[in-house]
Amino acid sequence: MRLISFANDYVRYVLRGSTKFYAWMGFLSVLIVGMMYVFYLQNTEGLIVTGMTSQIHDGLYFANLVFLVGVAAGAVTIVFPAYVYHHDGMHKVTVLGEMLAITAVIMVMMFVFAHMGRPDRLWHMIPPWGIYSFSAMLGWDVLVLNGYLFLNIACGFYYLWAKYTGTKVNNRIFMPLVYISIVWALSIHTVTAFLISTMPSRPMWFHSMMPIRFITTAFAAGPALIILIFLIIRKNTKFWIEDSAINLLSTIVSWCLGLAIFLTMSEIVVELYARTEHANGLYYLMFGLHGLTSLVPWFWSSMALMLTSFVLFLIPSVRTNYKRLPILCVMAFTGIWIEKGMGLIVPGFVPTPIGEVTEYYPTFVEWLMTAGIWAFGFFILTILLKGAIGILQGEISYGSSQAASAE
Amino acid sequence: MSTDNTPPDSTDRMPASADPAQAAQKSSRRDFLKAGGMLSLSSLMGTAALMAQTDEAKATVEWAEHFQKNYRLMTDDEKNEARIRLERRHSAEYGKKVTVDTSAAQPGVLMGYALNIRKCIGCRRCVKACVEENNQSRGTRPGERIEWIQVLRMERGEFSQEKMNQGYPEGLGIQVGGNAYTPAGQVLEGQYHYTPEAVPEKDATYMPIACMQCEKPPCVKVCPVRTTYREADGPVVIDYNWCIGCRMCMSACPYWARRMNVAKPVLPKDEMNPVTHYLGNRPRMRGVVEKCHWCLQRTRQGRYPACVEVCPVGARKFGNLLDPESEVSLILARKNVFRLKAELNTFPKFFYFYD
Ligand code: SF4
Ligand code: SF4
Repeated sequence: MRLISFANDYVRYVLRGSTKFYAWMGFLSVLIVGMMYVFYLQNTEGLIVTGMTSQIHDGLYFANLVFLVGVAAGAVTIVFPAYVYHHDGMHKVTVLGEMLAITAVIMVMMFVFAHMGRPDRLWHMIPPWGIYSFSAMLGWDVLVLNGYLFLNIACGFYYLWAKYTGTKVNNRIFMPLVYISIVWALSIHTVTAFLISTMPSRPMWFHSMMPIRFITTAFAAGPALIILIFLIIRKNTKFWIEDSAINLLSTIVSWCLGLAIFLTMSEIVVELYARTEHANGLYYLMFGLHGLTSLVPWFWSSMALMLTSFVLFLIPSVRTNYKRLPILCVMAFTGIWIEKGMGLIVPGFVPTPIGEVTEYYPTFVEWLMTAGIWAFGFFILTILLKGAIGILQGEISYGSSQAASAE
Repeated sequence: MSTDNTPPDSTDRMPASADPAQAAQKSSRRDFLKAGGMLSLSSLMGTAALMAQTDEAKATVEWAEHFQKNYRLMTDDEKNEARIRLERRHSAEYGKKVTVDTSAAQPGVLMGYALNIRKCIGCRRCVKACVEENNQSRGTRPGERIEWIQVLRMERGEFSQEKMNQGYPEGLGIQVGGNAYTPAGQVLEGQYHYTPEAVPEKDATYMPIACMQCEKPPCVKVCPVRTTYREADGPVVIDYNWCIGCRMCMSACPYWARRMNVAKPVLPKDEMNPVTHYLGNRPRMRGVVEKCHWCLQRTRQGRYPACVEVCPVGARKFGNLLDPESEVSLILARKNVFRLKAELNTFPKFFYFYD
């Protein structure tokens, strides 16, 4: 009974909004429709409508997939200080982080669908109908991602439910789940790193630095996005997010960004000093190979974005200025999106294991699909955050709707 | 496995598949006789479809095909049904009698391959024969033409007196290189798109590659649905109906042996080879991965792979590694042999040798 009224109140609250809200959702819907169309196209024509080939067979989709696993894991930068360091400002907003994690994992799943040659056969991975392979990293990745999705839905909505009904959170169930989800967040990104770093056939990826590099970039890009979202929430809703929370997040971004840059530099020195054939991928990324240079601008722009934003993050007066902070966050976020996406995935295939150098150009279909999935992500994120904020602020609570209708 | 060249005895080998309709009746009768009604959903649908002769039947066949099990987990009956379904569908599609062999590995056989790199002249007849034999896609759009064999052209290198004192990088004042700073020999940086006037060319050597049928195949390890696996007689095969097209195996293969069907394969009716094997050269569908399987449709019937047969200089040798008297075994025992990228511990069963 209470569950029905929860769902009811939640949906009704979320659907009500200003013109600005409807315009935003409408804009996203247009992109989502576009995405559905290209998904249809991809599954009737085949992957030929994308820029992927037998030489470079993971592209924009896989890049976004990897990046978004990082965003999902990045949510732990809220949960961890809140529950382990008992940071009050963070504690207030943990649920928002969990909502972001839910969204990011859903987007990852959508990119998986977009990436597959035969998404209609994905049930082959799920027992008892299909076969689950314990030796395949992709199998593990799907497993931990679903686990993480479940944990975040459980933690997030249980907390909201408690707020809604006005009951107390049962810490004996809740806290273990929170701690598990913290460790789990690390696991999703580690396994995703293993996905590509366990293949000696691709020397560009074959090094044990991959997991830690993934985690540092995730803990820079994730909180950068969260800061942006928090600032938007502060501006557009009555929900107040403490300065201390935002400041802590920007500190986390600065240090993780610094570490990420350090790791990239180390890789460059190690690979280019010896300059074996195994460094060809990195060389292609940085300078081009055999006259093919399509990734070079991507790499240097990402480097510039990351370095500049890192330096600026280090300056306290810039970091704590909430007019400038969003710019830094966008720079860091974009820089990492490029470095970890196109800049990491594509050069893994250049040259191919037999030395062939080809280039990858994402097609319009791929860009539209990518934009559509991001739009879908923002669509659900808006709904989730709006509902969560409504509950946190007490605008939705058990009995309030009845009271309102009685007036 | 015998190393002689007799064609398969086709008359007594494929009675069940020769006439799909008759086969259908047979299998349906057997199904009806089965007590207990333990039929799987797909086998029921398959049988029903095979008995009906309507348009609807085609849809049902495809439906049943979509929900069939992984090939390795099928019972013999289910394999038979899957085979009949395919034979029916392909025969209709290509307008000729298509057979789909499901014969299994023979005990005591481990297939092996050896290639004499001294002899290869780079003519690429093997590439062509392979495409014709194995029903690869021959489209013209990028990615629609699939070849399983690449003949890599290797530079012989160019060394001269004038370059004795050249260094690399030039102009920095430190000489770290010299005359030999030119690629030469087997560096796997070879070029397989070459258009010579005549082969062999004076300044090149050739190194053909294809799937190495690794004994410890990385592609198998990464497949999340275990649709690619090593058969008991050696070749690594793919159940095309079970592949989800995730392309992990393509990333994991150190020899770039695998290809993606980015569209429905372009396979003209008159060029289609109707003698197929379920795990081998049967026509593939959009979105799945394929690769060399040592012509299972031939080698399981005691014939040589197409590339071995067509090679004009006899550079390619094929046989049973478990038979000490087979040509491959003798080569391994007597010649100088190496495996490609041996340091990766993939243990290819494709060997290179020179006399
Ligand atoms: S050569 Fe590649 S495709 Fe063939 S078995 Fe080895 S890893 Fe697999
Ligand atoms: S593409 Fe197919 S064969 Fe390759 S790993 Fe994925 S499911 Fe397995």
